[in-house]
Amino acid sequence: MSAIKNILFSGVGGQGILLASELTAAALLQVGYDVKKSEVHGMAQRGGSVTAQLRYGERVYSPLIDPGTADIQMAFEMMEAVRYLPYLNQDSTVIVNTQKILPPAVATGQAVYPENVLDELVKRDIRVIGVDAFSIAKEAGEVRTANVALVGALSVHLEVDVKVFESIIEQRVPQRFLKENMKAFAGGREAGGR
Amino acid sequence: MTAQSPDNSTWMSGNEAIALGAYEAGVAVASGYPGTPSTEIMEYLSAYDTVYTEWAPNEKVGLEVAIGASFAGGRALATMKHVGLNVAADPLFTASYTGGRGGIVVLTADDPDMHSSQNEQDNRNYALAAKIPMLEPSDPAEAKEFLKRAFELGEELDSPVLLRITTRIAHVKGVVGRGDVLPPAEKPEIEKHPEKFVMLPAMARRRRVYVEERMAKCRELAETADFNVIEDGDKKRGFITSGVSYLYVKEAFPEATVLKLGMCWPLPEQKIRDFAASVEQLFVVEELDPFLETQIKAMGIDCHGKDLIPAIGELNTAVVRKSIDPERAPKELFEPVELPPRPPNMCPGCPHRGIFFTLSRMKVFVSGDIGCYTLGFLPPLNALDSTVCMGASIPMAHGMVKAMGDGSHDRVVSVIGDSTFVHSGITGLINSVYNGSAATLIILDNRITAMTGQQPNPASGSTIRGEAAQELDLEALCRACGVKHVRILDPHDVPECRKVIREEVERDEMSVIIAQAPCVLLPEMKLRKPVTHYTNIDNCVGCTSCIRLGCPAISWTPFEEGEAEARGYKKSQKGYSRIDEVLCNDCGQCASLCKFNAITRGEPK
Repeated sequence: MSAIKNILFSGVGGQGILLASELTAAALLQVGYDVKKSEVHGMAQRGGSVTAQLRYGERVYSPLIDPGTADIQMAFEMMEAVRYLPYLNQDSTVIVNTQKILPPAVATGQAVYPENVLDELVKRDIRVIGVDAFSIAKEAGEVRTANVALVGALSVHLEVDVKVFESIIEQRVPQRFLKENMKAFAGGREAGGR
Repeated sequence: MTAQSPDNSTWMSGNEAIALGAYEAGVAVASGYPGTPSTEIMEYLSAYDTVYTEWAPNEKVGLEVAIGASFAGGRALATMKHVGLNVAADPLFTASYTGGRGGIVVLTADDPDMHSSQNEQDNRNYALAAKIPMLEPSDPAEAKEFLKRAFELGEELDSPVLLRITTRIAHVKGVVGRGDVLPPAEKPEIEKHPEKFVMLPAMARRRRVYVEERMAKCRELAETADFNVIEDGDKKRGFITSGVSYLYVKEAFPEATVLKLGMCWPLPEQKIRDFAASVEQLFVVEELDPFLETQIKAMGIDCHGKDLIPAIGELNTAVVRKSIDPERAPKELFEPVELPPRPPNMCPGCPHRGIFFTLSRMKVFVSGDIGCYTLGFLPPLNALDSTVCMGASIPMAHGMVKAMGDGSHDRVVSVIGDSTFVHSGITGLINSVYNGSAATLIILDNRITAMTGQQPNPASGSTIRGEAAQELDLEALCRACGVKHVRILDPHDVPECRKVIREEVERDEMSVIIAQAPCVLLPEMKLRKPVTHYTNIDNCVGCTSCIRLGCPAISWTPFEEGEAEARGYKKSQKGYSRIDEVLCNDCGQCASLCKFNAITRGEPK
């Protein structure tokens, strides 16, 4: 079963994690993998911490990633890159959008956003790749393409031809924002390779 | 979104697959009430023109609609979450006697681990109690296939069939094959069959006997049915499992022999005996209750089950592996780091916020209900004191006041959403009026069933397909129940909320406040011209009135040492509030609270 790869998406409800994980899954399916993805709807979605779990390989049974077995974590927010630490191991790669979204207790002054929170990963020898998706998206001409920029960063770490991703983005994003999305994807790819 | 591949298979969620299965099975009528994790089945199904779909006001009504459709000869589907089947249990137990003409499939979506539920009951117990066959798929592809098989089985046995899925089927995406669509059946036409449609005692006693005969026949069928399969392997450990647990067993012990029960009720006793005899050690792996284990032990078969495997919460591969073979548990894991929590929250601009803000400042017990507004419990509002089940808020408030006695009506307020009120709140209100309650009820009318993702309900004025429908007049309904004092309130006007709620709570007669403002996630609300509020930082005195609303768009910026004076504020001011203009949804609650003219509504962009 070691042939199965695990990608954990984490972030805050409303950040576009769903679309990012869908694009990734579509690319993996297209190159012939069996893919399962698990997510949670309902109460958990309302602005809270959310995850999507994606597993792919020759034949995937369980839709859930076991603790300690995430190969890649695609984190849409810095604190949410650290929250799911028990899913990671020392060989994990964490691609993180270097954005802060304040949780309610921090926004109301009851708690403090931890400083240099990514150090928690670095000091455990986990490979961390920071991506400023907001700036990439802004440069691409549409701030709402930040999630596609992150897919670009993630795509560098998957054995999927870039053309597969590009064609999937072409099919899946609104046509009037296609140019911006393609630019964001390319920008993300560049940042994700560092 | 589905990915189409050349071999005609697609990639979709369990819920989407079930909708596809219902379409392929030629379902004539489908009715349901939204409930995580079942909701999307009806939404996807409503896109197929050949299937009549609807949102029912509650699960009992939904199942009764399905039974009627079946009596008329059509295939019928009722969908609900696990707790919804409690509501629909009354028709279920007697539909077991009647059977139908077209197949009736009752879809129950259980939520182990309570991702979005108030309990984690195991609805396999309903199959046993109601004497109805139950199929339990393991993944989206099987969910579709089993739904179609459920109709065939039910029609063969003249029985409703339960199809049980869990969150990790409903909201899991996997590869699903498309199948043939059944040619249209004969046009349904009602026929009279009093011997099975009229459950008076004399007829019911005869059907009661039939139910036993049917289940005996079903047990026989279970012995050879291809959804109960043995996957041969190493005989040292044998596993009996069903549903998602099968997936975890396959990953944790890929070498083992497995009996996968696609039909988890009734059980194939001989098959289980033969299987048990063929392995050295028998393990029963199932989520939640020891349902299979109890039955297998009652057959006199020795097995491991809940002595090793947790009965609480979801399973996964790691839990199954560790429970059965601790030595194969993985190396040490990273411990979690302590971080500020990020709980779910009411959206920026949510109309419920103004009401809960007001209630949080009153010394009342808030008898709550099930919906987005249950989040009123969370800090900083902390303004919800009980939640039990759909519709309970009103009778529970009534019970509290009756227990405390005369003069206690101002100690308790009940709150309920529009959809939940229609679901099962109305009878409670009738009871409160009939039996002389004076505890105020607040109906949080945001025009939609919001928590499950914006499904219309009878008070919304539209159907599941977005067609116009007669809108239930909540005010007239309350008056018809006998409530003399019904007031309509704009929940975004916080000072007005304070005034109206105080007046009504003090009133010594039953009163209903209908707080009316649409959910900000409604498409028409999202399409409004983007107008946001912003803080005039110069005017902000740092009183934190707006901060205490707990709106995700408002945050507190503390001053550094000496910064207040340097920037021309009072030395004692500790900081100022700031509105995130991207997140702001223009509800104006913060502006209605600000006494210092520090929050202004911007110009339309």
